[in-house]
Amino acid sequence: MTDRPLTGRMREDGAALDLRAYERAGGYAALRDALRRLAPAEVQKRVKDSGLRGRGGAGFPTGQKWSFVPMGADAPHPKYLVVNADEMEPGTFKDRLLMERDPHQLVEGVILSAYAIEADVAYIFLRWAYKLSEARLARAIAEAYDAGYLGRQILGSGYSLELRLHISGGRYMAGEETGLINALEGRRANPRSKPPYPAVVGLWGRPTVVNNVETICNVPHVIGRGAEAYRKLSATGEGGTKLYGASGRVKRPGLWELPLGTTIREILEEHAGGMRDGVRFRGLLPGGASTDFLVDEHLDAPMDFESLQKHGSRMGTGTMIVLDDRTCPVGMIRNLEEFFAQESCGWCTPCWAGLHWVADILRDFEEGRGEMADLDTLAAHARLLAPGNTYCALAPGAAEPLQSGLRHFRDDFERHVREHRCPWR
Amino acid sequence: MLSDEERHEIEAELTRYPTRRAASIDAMRIVQRHRGWVSDEALRDLAPLIQMTVDELDGVASFYNMIFRRAVGRHVILVCNSVSCWMLGAGRLLDAAAAAAGAPQGGTSADRRFTLLPIVCLGACDHAPVLMVDGDLHHDVDPADAASLLARYE
Ligand SMILES: Cc1cc2nc3c(=O)[nH]c(=O)nc-3n(C[C@H](O)[C@H](O)[C@H](O)COP(=O)(O)O)c2cc1C
Ligand code: SF4
Ligand code: FES
Repeated sequence: MTDRPLTGRMREDGAALDLRAYERAGGYAALRDALRRLAPAEVQKRVKDSGLRGRGGAGFPTGQKWSFVPMGADAPHPKYLVVNADEMEPGTFKDRLLMERDPHQLVEGVILSAYAIEADVAYIFLRWAYKLSEARLARAIAEAYDAGYLGRQILGSGYSLELRLHISGGRYMAGEETGLINALEGRRANPRSKPPYPAVVGLWGRPTVVNNVETICNVPHVIGRGAEAYRKLSATGEGGTKLYGASGRVKRPGLWELPLGTTIREILEEHAGGMRDGVRFRGLLPGGASTDFLVDEHLDAPMDFESLQKHGSRMGTGTMIVLDDRTCPVGMIRNLEEFFAQESCGWCTPCWAGLHWVADILRDFEEGRGEMADLDTLAAHARLLAPGNTYCALAPGAAEPLQSGLRHFRDDFERHVREHRCPWR
Repeated sequence: MLSDEERHEIEAELTRYPTRRAASIDAMRIVQRHRGWVSDEALRDLAPLIQMTVDELDGVASFYNMIFRRAVGRHVILVCNSVSCWMLGAGRLLDAAAAAAGAPQGGTSADRRFTLLPIVCLGACDHAPVLMVDGDLHHDVDPADAASLLARYE
């Protein structure tokens, strides 16, 4: 049986593990041990050595992010840890499982991570749509306070932490690290320019670390097992397991915790059961809406950060969206770009103006008004949306399915022009 | 005027942040939970409580998708139109929901029973297409079942 630290102890019936069940399964042991025996710097070191990289999309090494936080007696306080539970990336549904089924795992991860950066207050920034997560997290937090895992002098140690749940007003940009900080302060979720980085100047001007739910849920296992054992969980050495997912016309859409670096083919064929009868695979976005398309020739690539980058895409959130031959690729890209256009915060011209323009052109293709020259216009927009031209990563993310779609599905675009209609309609 | 209950709930939120402004979104969510939406009058009542101007508060309200600045029906239907649901028939589901609810996309039925809104990914893409009514998530919805599903919401 494969070792599944994140999901292995979840109940089959879909109920959440309560505090007693979580403790019986070994929960909060890593926290007890760390508070007794490890200094914050040692917790940080273990996380750094484990190779853990952020599971929210960008894949930044977690230990390194923490190391930018000012520590010790002269550090400004209060310091903050924020859990990014906004999960607004289309095609992504992995954090919801972790919060609904094992909320204490997240709470323990929060306490350990907050301890590592000597944070005083932690917030969980939760998507408004996740009602069940909200109820189960609220209950788990209350249980953790009652048991002395939160609040003053945790388990008799000198460390204190308050944990609060915030429900988002709902906007893709509220999941972007600095947009999220603005949202928590009660502002519009526009991004902030960096530097200064949030680790130094974040929430209310204080040092702040923002990490994804899945990232934080890994921390108790890194501490509990040790960096070496944790690293060995992966298939390719990048460290740990990953919650992979698939949606679209596959036989068994869902989520699976597998060694990080499992191949795309194994996920697609063994776990998702392959394509539904009667449809053929055309391509996939490996990690949510804002990643580049991969096609047949990439199926043997391991789903890890470095391999997908080598193949011109990104791991993103690790939940793949599968395109089949009954779906028009132009229509799919139009749907994605309409999402990005709608969610743009309006600060940078290539984004707010460019994305509406892109969506208009794509609609033209679908309605039979596309021209060959429009393909160059789309490619030019993709270049303008690229990293370096905008304040945040929404625009570069929007460019990814567009630029790769133009490359891999060029024939489909051209057919729309030649036939003056969408061949799928 | 804010009700005592609303005021009480907002005061509780205010204790959870170091600034009053930080509770602005929570405060509007509380009003919306009680009244269905956030009117101009509600903004005027909230602004002094969280020490923002009415315009600043409206600027925050208008940024977020889930703060309604227009009146809605008794039940709000949110149909996901993001990519995985789009591939699996969200368009047909939206049409079926509109017909069953008697409400246009983005609008409210004449009897004010339903408001129908397209919404971005609801995080249940493995069960596409999905819709949400008043916070209840409905999975793998067949457009043919939209009418019987909505009949449950009087
Ligand atoms: C437009 C946009 C939306 C984002 N939404 C999310 C989100 O919903 N959840 C998330 O964890 N990260 C999201 N991110 C990534 C965050 O900016 C940030 O990188 C992440 O939360 C860091 O956590 P990690 O290092 O643990 O991955 C988003 C980024 C962008 C540009
Ligand atoms: S890239 Fe888009 S979403 Fe990001 S700051 Fe610029 S306009 Fe706003
Ligand atoms: S795309 Fe509809 S729930 Fe994610």
